[in-house]
Amino acid sequence: MKKFLALALSLVMAVSLAACGTSPSTPAASGSGSAGSAGSAAASGSGDQLITVGFAQVGHESDWRTASTKSVQEAFSKDNGFDLQFVDCDNDSAAQLEAVRNFIEQDVDYIVIDPIVSTGWDTVLTEADDAGIPVIVIDRTIDDSDKYISWVGSEFTNEGLAAGAWLKDYAALKGISELNILVIEGTTGSSAQIGRTNGFKKLADENGWKIIDSQSGDFTQEGGQKVMESYCKSYAGQFNVVVCQNDNEAFGAEDAMSAAGISYGVDGDVILISFDACTAGLTDVLAGKINADFQCNPLQGPFCADIVAKLAAGDTVNKETYMEEPWYVAEDALTEITYTNNAGNEVTEPLVHVTQDVVDAAY
Amino acid sequence: MNSLKKLTSKTLFLPLFCMILVLLINVIKSPDFFSIAVKNGVLYGRLVDILNRGSEIAILAVGQTLVVAVSAGTDISVGSVMSLSACGCCMLLAGYGVNSTTELAVPMIVGMLFGVLLGGVCGTFNGFLVSKLKIQPMVATLILFTAARAIGLLLCDNQITYIRYEPYKYLGNFIPGIPIPTAIFVTIAVIAVISLLLKKTSLGLYIQSVGINSRAARISGISSSKICFLCYLICGLCSGIAGIVASSRIYSADSNNIGLNYELDAILAVALGGNSLGGGKFNLAGSIIGAYTIQAITTTLLAMGVSTDQAPVIKAIIVVIIVVVQAPVFKAWMETRSARRLAARVAETTDEKEMAEK
Repeated sequence: MKKFLALALSLVMAVSLAACGTSPSTPAASGSGSAGSAGSAAASGSGDQLITVGFAQVGHESDWRTASTKSVQEAFSKDNGFDLQFVDCDNDSAAQLEAVRNFIEQDVDYIVIDPIVSTGWDTVLTEADDAGIPVIVIDRTIDDSDKYISWVGSEFTNEGLAAGAWLKDYAALKGISELNILVIEGTTGSSAQIGRTNGFKKLADENGWKIIDSQSGDFTQEGGQKVMESYCKSYAGQFNVVVCQNDNEAFGAEDAMSAAGISYGVDGDVILISFDACTAGLTDVLAGKINADFQCNPLQGPFCADIVAKLAAGDTVNKETYMEEPWYVAEDALTEITYTNNAGNEVTEPLVHVTQDVVDAAY
Repeated sequence: MNSLKKLTSKTLFLPLFCMILVLLINVIKSPDFFSIAVKNGVLYGRLVDILNRGSEIAILAVGQTLVVAVSAGTDISVGSVMSLSACGCCMLLAGYGVNSTTELAVPMIVGMLFGVLLGGVCGTFNGFLVSKLKIQPMVATLILFTAARAIGLLLCDNQITYIRYEPYKYLGNFIPGIPIPTAIFVTIAVIAVISLLLKKTSLGLYIQSVGINSRAARISGISSSKICFLCYLICGLCSGIAGIVASSRIYSADSNNIGLNYELDAILAVALGGNSLGGGKFNLAGSIIGAYTIQAITTTLLAMGVSTDQAPVIKAIIVVIIVVVQAPVFKAWMETRSARRLAARVAETTDEKEMAEK
């Protein structure tokens, strides 16, 4: 009986594994078929053949990531003349390397990677280079190889600098002379946390603002809630600015401040600043709960498509492309900010006043 | 002196002592740590925070204690199961694929019960693997440790599902008009039900005997595998309840983050409570004190403004000290030391007496 059970179980396992195996291999098989034809299409230059693109995505851990995936899928859609092979690597860097190797074997025309880890890429990118397949890196960076055509992503330091520049102008406008700031940081060591912290701190130091405390909320709503709950008790009545390094933390901070009876937002005692600007975040900006929200643009798709178009036309492309990132504000009193960005250039950028249309158009 | 000795020899003395010590550290930095005020019609203070925020770990610790006692192994799936039950609850309330809702698709209680039920199903699965198939607890629960969170993500269509419906927030926050956080009531209810079950029935005794020697227990007429199965089921239900509370706090199902690393805190709570991870005799109250000790450490680190990159190190140091103080070897060493001192004093007094007699 037991032997039979074991046999049955192992059969079930084998069948389910086979089932799991076939579903990804179906697009791969059809992909390899079309890859050959697309290769010849690229050679002959005729327009009605599809260009194949392989996309190895990190995973699907947040709304932001999902928006990024959708953006690339839309940019490389069938209607636009592309055949996209999408692999969700589920935060497994070995699986991602394997996926990229598969793309090379299938001889796709372009490869797009959002690297899970920044190292260990040299071998596989050399293989791609030898095969003559251009690689485009998005969002996260690759540190140990330069054998990719271009990188598309966000400049997190600029987001922090812009937040500081906005706060400076806003405080001047409202006649607030003394700024006491509490920061709820993101996951310690992440590039977003480092960039946003450094950028904002630079402006705070220049203007003599006091950053009372800065602790991590791990980019989660519960983390933001916990840290803010503690801040409300430690620094009751001593702060007038709260900076949350993403929207989820801001939602948590809002709840904690409401519970402690502290008013925030447009008509409140505390200025609330957030980053990311997802739909839910912009909804709160519209409601006047968040004063300003600095977007981290997840829509890399159009930029990738642009690079592919340039490469196809034989143009050169920039090694690094920083995406445009709008800054959203709840009030229309300020229309633009001027600051020195991370590259050392003085820039003037517009502020977007959030209306229902802006929220509807958000990712 | 005698009463002090009686006090220190109680099983719960050390866990309690450690918790109070952690709390007292705070008084140095902020003397108003223990102050509790009423603000906005609700209780407001650090102690309330500890009781409130420690609820999930305390509920998990109740289930974990039974599992540890009965099978000398740990259920490492509790955190993931929390996430699954939260996702199941929110998915049912919002409807599949809906990102944010202000209106519920089904009555709130149905969604919550479904979440707890999912926890129960996970407990049943773990219990079956451990009690019937005799798979080692850590290996058996490793399956749901990896799978449950992923299933939750599938249920929520790979996104964070928000339930923006006011009463849904009550469980993790406050019911209007009641100044005490609701989560505290939930914890008390869970503890009351389980301890009644242990005290009023012979379940507690059975669990201990199965934990000490399951074969001997079976020979003496206790169905070892049924008792073991029941403990895993209770643990699953506890995880389900904790998941719903955690979800209500943030009125959403954040499948990637709800209950993340909570299994470690739950196991630590059992150990801090003076329970042996080798199974057998157990002390529910100890585990619950352990759970609140962990929360007290977390709250203390936040209150002290310890920077986030250093906090885990300090937490580790405190835990190491607590574990060492409670280790049997350390206790035995302390006892022999005091015994020696006593012997020396007795010898001294007899010497003096002899001198006086002379």
